[in-house]
Amino acid sequence: MYSFARMKLLIVTFLNGLTLAALYFLVAAGFSLIFGLLRQVNLAHGSLFLVGSYTGFSAAQWSGFWWFGAFVGAAASAGLGLLMYVALFRRFQGDEMRQTLASVALSIILADVMLWFWGGAPHQLDLPDALTGSVVLGMGIKYPVSRLFVTGLTLLVGLGLFVLLSRTRFGVLVRAGVEDAEMLAASGVPVQRLFMATFALGAALTGFAGVVGASVLSVSPGEDARYLLASLVVVIVGGIGSLRGAAVGALLIGLAEQMGLVYAPTYGVVFTFVLMVAVLRWRPHGLFGVAGGLRHV
Amino acid sequence: MQTFRLFNSLRIFMRRTGALATLAAVVGVGAVHAQEAVKIGVVATLEGPFAVLGQDAIRGAELAIAERGGKVAGRSIEMIKASSTGAPDTAVVASRKLIEQDKVQFVVGPLSGSEGIAVKEYAKSQPGVTFFATSGAQQTTMVTPAPNLFRFTTDGAQMIAGLGDAAFAKGFKRVVTVAEDYSYPYSQIQGFMLEYCKAGGRVIDKLWVPFGTKDYSGVVSRIPADADAILVALAGADAVNFLTQYEQAGGSTPLIGGSAMVDQGVLAAKGKRRDWVAGTPSAGPLADDLDTPEWKRFVSAYKTTFKDGFPSPSLFALFYYINTKALLDGLDTVKGEPGANHSSLRVALSSMELKTPTGLVRLDENRQAIADIFVTEVVKTGSGLATRLVKVIPRVNQTLGLSKDEFMKVGMATKTSPECR
Amino acid sequence: MTLRLPLAFTALLLSLPLWASPFVVFQIGAQALGLGCVALSLSWLMSQAGAVSLAQLSVAGVAGYGVALLGGSEFEPSRGWPWTVAVPLALLAGVAAGAALGWLAARTEGLQTIMLTLAVAVAWALFLQQNQVLTNGFNGITGTRAPTVWGVDLSRPTPFYLLSLAVAAACVLVVQRLYGTVFGLTLRGARDDARKMAALGYQVQQHRIAAYAFAGLVASLGGVLRLWFNGQISSGSMAMGPVIDILVIAVIGGTRYAWGPFAGALVFVLLQNFAGDIVSAERFRLFVGVVFLILVLATRDGLAGLWDHWRGGVLRQRGVHNL
Repeated sequence: MYSFARMKLLIVTFLNGLTLAALYFLVAAGFSLIFGLLRQVNLAHGSLFLVGSYTGFSAAQWSGFWWFGAFVGAAASAGLGLLMYVALFRRFQGDEMRQTLASVALSIILADVMLWFWGGAPHQLDLPDALTGSVVLGMGIKYPVSRLFVTGLTLLVGLGLFVLLSRTRFGVLVRAGVEDAEMLAASGVPVQRLFMATFALGAALTGFAGVVGASVLSVSPGEDARYLLASLVVVIVGGIGSLRGAAVGALLIGLAEQMGLVYAPTYGVVFTFVLMVAVLRWRPHGLFGVAGGLRHV
Repeated sequence: MQTFRLFNSLRIFMRRTGALATLAAVVGVGAVHAQEAVKIGVVATLEGPFAVLGQDAIRGAELAIAERGGKVAGRSIEMIKASSTGAPDTAVVASRKLIEQDKVQFVVGPLSGSEGIAVKEYAKSQPGVTFFATSGAQQTTMVTPAPNLFRFTTDGAQMIAGLGDAAFAKGFKRVVTVAEDYSYPYSQIQGFMLEYCKAGGRVIDKLWVPFGTKDYSGVVSRIPADADAILVALAGADAVNFLTQYEQAGGSTPLIGGSAMVDQGVLAAKGKRRDWVAGTPSAGPLADDLDTPEWKRFVSAYKTTFKDGFPSPSLFALFYYINTKALLDGLDTVKGEPGANHSSLRVALSSMELKTPTGLVRLDENRQAIADIFVTEVVKTGSGLATRLVKVIPRVNQTLGLSKDEFMKVGMATKTSPECR
Repeated sequence: MTLRLPLAFTALLLSLPLWASPFVVFQIGAQALGLGCVALSLSWLMSQAGAVSLAQLSVAGVAGYGVALLGGSEFEPSRGWPWTVAVPLALLAGVAAGAALGWLAARTEGLQTIMLTLAVAVAWALFLQQNQVLTNGFNGITGTRAPTVWGVDLSRPTPFYLLSLAVAAACVLVVQRLYGTVFGLTLRGARDDARKMAALGYQVQQHRIAAYAFAGLVASLGGVLRLWFNGQISSGSMAMGPVIDILVIAVIGGTRYAWGPFAGALVFVLLQNFAGDIVSAERFRLFVGVVFLILVLATRDGLAGLWDHWRGGVLRQRGVHNL
């Protein structure tokens, strides 16, 4: 009986880890794409998450529909992302340090503006009634439907991204651009528009993740830093510019975090960062990354 | 040429005047020396997981001032607020700003337990300022107390008096605790365990989460199936998140509410209805349905003054109200002259019997409040959820009715003590 | 990092306690100096070793906790040793921490360094928060005041300010000294082209680790000053927010002069204290962010760069290209 309880705990922890991994993947996938393709480190990526959360929250509150909120959140982040790209990143092409620092400044500004508008209290979106409550999974395990929903939805999104990047023209162009942007431009492809589209896509993914995160957990000031860090860790561990890497990285990090919280509650929180430091020290390009970019999806 | 010279000399003049003005500000010349206004600094958590509670705390302080028409002993009152996040260093920074920059003479706050301990230490270096602690950690007044720090409200262990016995009487023999990992929850759990373990109950596990945790799935999954009840000593957003995720996970073990879990800050929080929380026993410094004229007056004043507040004041509004009122009543007693280093005021405060909305409050030798505590139960009302009075525990002191030696044998509230597995 | 401070300016700094209010001397002056030391360690690493280490505040924290634990405090396990023992030991710990950081980060470059050091900083703050026995977890350690030396209470505004000034001046002088040494040259060579330096026979990694160790010393000095300024230390003071603040300070101030970080710290502290009079006090971060953004967009190197530009590119004139 005792080991039955242990088994249940393990399964539930695993599922919780999957939910977290799903959230992290959504955020990190966007980061990885932008990083891998544009070679831009957008340290305001967390702010995109937060913007999606808050605007999605307000939209959902106003309309009464979660899906509308999700759409608005993703769109708002995409819009903000494009603005960031055009106003900042494109201007400082090639000056990595300035880009990074400017994005830090932006994240500080955005964080405070959002604190100003929405206040310091946490907000939570209500999911549609069908997605609330729990479901029995066998072995007497009750699990929240919302978390299963998040995991399932992210799988779909991930598949969609994979198809987009490996089977469509857009995807081919993106991958080619990562390998050699100059060559791509030379062959007449409007590279700027491609970059913009990618930036917007990455931002939209993050904004959507923000809405999801605000529904399953909650959103409050400080979440931007948390998800930015998570993206960094995932991308470092999984490898820069690799979608597969982002998926594997997110899985590793999500599971490590949950396992840590349950089985080593005092220092579990430190695990993921120790993992990141270890990878950076001994395998700086991550598990799937290759020095140079998006060789394979 | 002439215009240029004029312009130039004008520029020089402006630069000099500007420099002079800056110099004056820097040197402190022309600083407000007016002894007229009473400057009160209020520190509350306006950021972080307790932001909503901090807002209500400010309301409490404002109410105490508004009640007197903004004046005390013929002097006008100026209230300056500063924000903290719940982390100790932010409270010290806020207090320092209020004292050293805004030149307040009195500080009310901070809100959170660990902040209070840090501010107590800071208070020792500010003998000319009188502090009114509102936070709930034990050590703030029990360990190396500051002579200029007064607390007219109860600490976490006092607040929960009566709940241990009530929980055992309900048939809960094995309890698990879920709480944030810092000083105030430690004191709540210690206060609970003092009675509960003595009655024969066992706390089989203590689950700690870092302050500000968002994801409670790990904690929920660790709650043993054979626990009779869960003591939830969380506050603010942490409590809201836990309750939501606990319900999502289909949790069915009954809850015991810590003082802040059944506070209006949680029960009246925006979002999905939490009706399933009804029936939870708790204990705290107030009960929403107290039948005394003082309480009713307080509630109606709160409701009329603050249209954007909770349906009923939270314990944070109450605490800040009580401490601010203590300050103002004290100033009244000394006719607006606190004396050198506030000596006369402090003597008056130490011997004061304060009338509060929840009863009479007196201070012990550490300037810590002795007050009535209320065992309650959560019920559904017309406007949502509220606490209903079950029993009054009168005049609870900081050693919870035990002698100092007996109390020390049980041990001060820490993460690992006391234990009764 | 070679410009010498004009005499008049030095006189101004020294005489501050004579004509400014205690608030300005302590809250503005001393605080800026302490923060500036920590920012200087980052600034120096950035400009000399090409490494943006976001973990300098963490290293400063090692020394801070060292003094808190070895010296006197309200925390029971604190040893209560005199500052003459506690401070040097704590500084040593800080240097060791810096070297350890260097061992982790020396092989990384550019963005990877930023990410690695950020991860270290966050992990360290979390560790400090979770550990109860050594660091008292979330509460932190309180009651850490500056000692009384030769009858002078160093926690009073003027003595503390002068102490901070002395420490800052020492750091600046040493940093300037290092610039012209072989060590300094080697570092800059490694910064510009590590492969070439290695091919020339220089031990690039070891130089980098040594650089981190030295930066650790500077940061540790700042850490001790911060500890005494605040009278307490907790994990919150090393969380991501303050870590980014140090970066902001270093960038605002500029990395080409040793006094840059102190100017940046002064601006930061002024904004922190007086933002309330310009915009709402709660919007201080917004204000800082905007100032930071403007400086990043408009200048090459923060305030120091502006200063240089105003002086007509003095260094350019002097033929110093390799900063």
